[in-house]
Amino acid sequence: MSNIIEHLPVLQIVVPLVAAPTIVLFRNSTLSWILAVLASWFCLFGSITMLNQINGGGEIPTYLIGGWDPHVGIVYQVDIANAFILTLLSGISAVVFVYARTSVRDEIPEAKHHYFYAALLLCFTGLMGMAITGDAFNIFVFLEISSLSGYALIAMGRNPKALTAAYRYLIMGTLGGTFILLGIGFLYMMTGTLNLEELSHAVPHYAETSVVRAAFAFITVGTCIKLALFPLHMWLPNCYTYAPSVVSAFLSATATKVSFYVLLRAMFMLFGAALIAQAKIFLSFVIFLALIGIFMGSLKAIGQDDVKRLLAYSSIAQIGYMVLGLSLDNADGLTGAIIHLFNHALTKGGLFLVMGCFMYRLNSTKIKDLAGIGKKMPLTMLAFTIGGLSLIGVPLTAGFISKWYLAMGALQAGMWWLLVLILLASLLAVVYIFRVLEAAYFGTPEKEHDVEEAPFSLLFPTYVLIGSTIFFGIWTEPMLGAARKSAELFLSSGGAL
Amino acid sequence: MSLWQHLPPGTIMMLGALLIPLLPKKTQGWSAILLPVLSMIHLLTAFSDGFLLNFSFMGNELTPIRVDRLSLIFGYIFHIAAFMSALYAAKVEDPIQHLSGQVYAGAAIAAAFSGDLISLFVFWELTAISSVFLIWASRTEDSLRCGVRYLVIQVASGVILLAGALMLFHDKGTLAFENFAHDGLDTAETVILWAFAIKAAFPFLHNWLQDAYPKATFSGTVFLSAFTTKLAIYALARGFAGTSFLIPIGCVMTIFPIFFAVIENDLRKVLAYSLNNQLGFMVVGIGIGTPLALDGACAHAFAHIIYKGLLFMSMGAVFLRVGTTEASELGGLHKKMPYTTIFCIIGAASISAFPLLSGFAAKSLIASAAAYSGLTAVTFVLLFASAGVMEHSGIKIPYFAFFAHDAGHDVEEAPWNMLLAMGIAAALCIAIGVYPSALYSLLPNMGIDSHHGGEVYNAYTFGHVLTQFELLVFAALAFALLIRMKVYPPEIRAINLDFDWVYRRVLPRFVTGTLSLFKDMVSPAGRVLQERTVVIREATSEWFNEMKTQKSVESGYAAVWAALLLACFMILYMS
Repeated sequence: MSNIIEHLPVLQIVVPLVAAPTIVLFRNSTLSWILAVLASWFCLFGSITMLNQINGGGEIPTYLIGGWDPHVGIVYQVDIANAFILTLLSGISAVVFVYARTSVRDEIPEAKHHYFYAALLLCFTGLMGMAITGDAFNIFVFLEISSLSGYALIAMGRNPKALTAAYRYLIMGTLGGTFILLGIGFLYMMTGTLNLEELSHAVPHYAETSVVRAAFAFITVGTCIKLALFPLHMWLPNCYTYAPSVVSAFLSATATKVSFYVLLRAMFMLFGAALIAQAKIFLSFVIFLALIGIFMGSLKAIGQDDVKRLLAYSSIAQIGYMVLGLSLDNADGLTGAIIHLFNHALTKGGLFLVMGCFMYRLNSTKIKDLAGIGKKMPLTMLAFTIGGLSLIGVPLTAGFISKWYLAMGALQAGMWWLLVLILLASLLAVVYIFRVLEAAYFGTPEKEHDVEEAPFSLLFPTYVLIGSTIFFGIWTEPMLGAARKSAELFLSSGGAL
Repeated sequence: MSLWQHLPPGTIMMLGALLIPLLPKKTQGWSAILLPVLSMIHLLTAFSDGFLLNFSFMGNELTPIRVDRLSLIFGYIFHIAAFMSALYAAKVEDPIQHLSGQVYAGAAIAAAFSGDLISLFVFWELTAISSVFLIWASRTEDSLRCGVRYLVIQVASGVILLAGALMLFHDKGTLAFENFAHDGLDTAETVILWAFAIKAAFPFLHNWLQDAYPKATFSGTVFLSAFTTKLAIYALARGFAGTSFLIPIGCVMTIFPIFFAVIENDLRKVLAYSLNNQLGFMVVGIGIGTPLALDGACAHAFAHIIYKGLLFMSMGAVFLRVGTTEASELGGLHKKMPYTTIFCIIGAASISAFPLLSGFAAKSLIASAAAYSGLTAVTFVLLFASAGVMEHSGIKIPYFAFFAHDAGHDVEEAPWNMLLAMGIAAALCIAIGVYPSALYSLLPNMGIDSHHGGEVYNAYTFGHVLTQFELLVFAALAFALLIRMKVYPPEIRAINLDFDWVYRRVLPRFVTGTLSLFKDMVSPAGRVLQERTVVIREATSEWFNEMKTQKSVESGYAAVWAALLLACFMILYMS
């Protein structure tokens, strides 16, 4: 057993990475689906094993790829923070991939199915890789793997606008990737190493050089593009709106979250101890961007007619909450940011799966087409309602936990006005969720819907995610504990930050 | 602990209500009556005084259920009110009203048994969200807009409560809902007080009440009148008993609605103003904060829910049969609706505190407590307010609806279930008035009168009865004189401006006026905001319709932002 654990870090990447091309060889829809699901389940099993191991006080030995010395080779390093992220990523994938079967058959032409699953697995691999790797350049490589496959996935949407959306994302994503690459390049130039561990020891020696400071600027702005922080969010709404349902759910739950994790890691573990003054500047600057993002995203969400688009704008607001938690610069705030990353992934992923159910039955997610649907698809609508409550942050849902910690962080930072703003913004969420609920439960349809409840194969995975928002809203300890430990890890390695 | 002891009181009503829409339409209303009965049995059998249910959440102790005498009396009366309202509404064929009425009542009950601020917040918001459907159920444009206004204010109250809870937790590390008034109020506690103040319709925060209650359905108003404000009274009694500045606030609350009630034409609105005035008595009692005063506030809440419900029920019956409650359209209904008339008069006499009726038994407690505490001025204000109550609720309501000039409506008596509900309420009014010690024995401090050797308070002393009769006769005389001399404000359709004029007209005008100065700078938002917008929902959706139709932003634009941000950080980091 210990033997397997030793190799788990690399298997997390190798298994999906090998499964992807295998799928293309098979050229069979069902077989591809089975392989993708198995790969994601394997990863979930691995991630949970590692998380348990670390939570229990154990350690996962650093994995040296090919046995090379860390100085020259690539290492995979698992600590509490990225074990947490890995669990989230593989957990979401394990559910979404199951869901994909029915939804993909409906939305993607049969001939492209194996490409679709291959791209999905590659995207998953890339995201897992960004989280697990201990090598700076490797982060960039995995970032590009996930991004490129992501562009392809989005472009497979039925709406012709999916293509332009993917193209815009490609431009912005490449810009972000390039910034990150430049930053890494600068660091390598100064320190001569790409290993994150070594970098964190080396950077303080060069803290006064403008090269390292420029690297910090490039990496932070680069990750902010990838995580869609206001005002760098413009690529996001169209992507989530026009992508196939499965892709919207998968990306909204994972892609921006991993970018946020990379930002945290860079902030605290690479630069935190060295560039304290600069980090403080960054944080006091992004707090305003986060706030604008929260309000702009929520207000824009209120005005949307398409629920998928509404959820996309809401995502921008939620990203604002995470960055806000980070910028509070204290334990509660950071815990809030990390737990919100987790909770929002479940909530938003679940809500996009609900959208997939509507897409499957109604072929539309427009509010006016959803009028009166509560009677025809009560289970689907119930799932939306629960997810919506979690998005608002109602007690006993996961969303409440994160809002609670963010609010505590704001008070701990002595910013009571921030508390007011956080609560106000939650009210905006009430408005946009309520608009949908009102239409679905009390609206009268233009013409009577001739539809049934969504099929079990869609509803079941949807309820797994939606149900988990309740589960983690009541049994808070497992994930909250991991989030708190991650926050402590970040803060302790960030020196005096 | 049995499973039942894990369910907060009222949960049966909330969960049971969800089943109502599944039943055949005819039986929905009748089955809704069962829920308060089942819930009452649950309360009586599963819980007893002193019961606590603790629950660990995010590492903190929460107390979803706390049973003590203060919560019990509110629990009892909420159940009674829910039962009467459900019986009254039984023939209504509208599942949404039955559903929301029961969820609303159940949430109010659960809130009264919440031992911590988070549980309180949950049920507090639930009362807000569930009750708005009783307003929307009128299904008029007016009720829709009004419901939105109501919802915004009620939800805001809950959010303020949560903010206060968070601040309290941060400062003191506790979420327990206890008396906060022991050692003065700090910021967190003041914030919580504001949340309660909105729901208790303190002066200048009161307009939602007069705005919303008359616009609900005829049976919905009966539900509304019982729970929201009395839940706030309970919360004040729990958290802020003995906060002395509540006394003047309460006094103002008892006085100012009188003037509006006297000139108002819509009788349901008159009742809404009078509700406000009644809350004032309770707030005074809570402000005094002595055991007797608190008992008075609770007793008054108890009696008030019944007779105010009775009055709203009688006006609801009029509304159902005639289609309006405008005084100018009514009159002479006593021939057609004799039972309703009698019940209405009993309710009116109760609210006017006629001896041998419930109002007298309850109000005397507060007045005596004020007198014992040496608050002579307060006693006089309460006396004056009592005369005012007599004026607008005691005489005006029955007089204009059932007597005055005959408007010639040829209508039937109210349906039997409504009469039965009114009859039960009227019987309770009389029972409490004749036998007040039964009510007193339920009070938190059992109505013990420490000024009289610790015996149970006696409302029927010669002095009390005489004062009350003088007052009543004087008020009746005044009304008769004013009507004779034709100076009593006539029943005319008019709009009486209240304070909400400030935030529904002046503020929007001011804002839009100011915005128009910056027209060119903020043209997309300003253009829409300039149009007079009363309903927030409309305002936002119009505004964002404009924002939405903007063309998707070009990638070049986005790249410029990225470059700008990068440049910004570069400069900042290098310095």
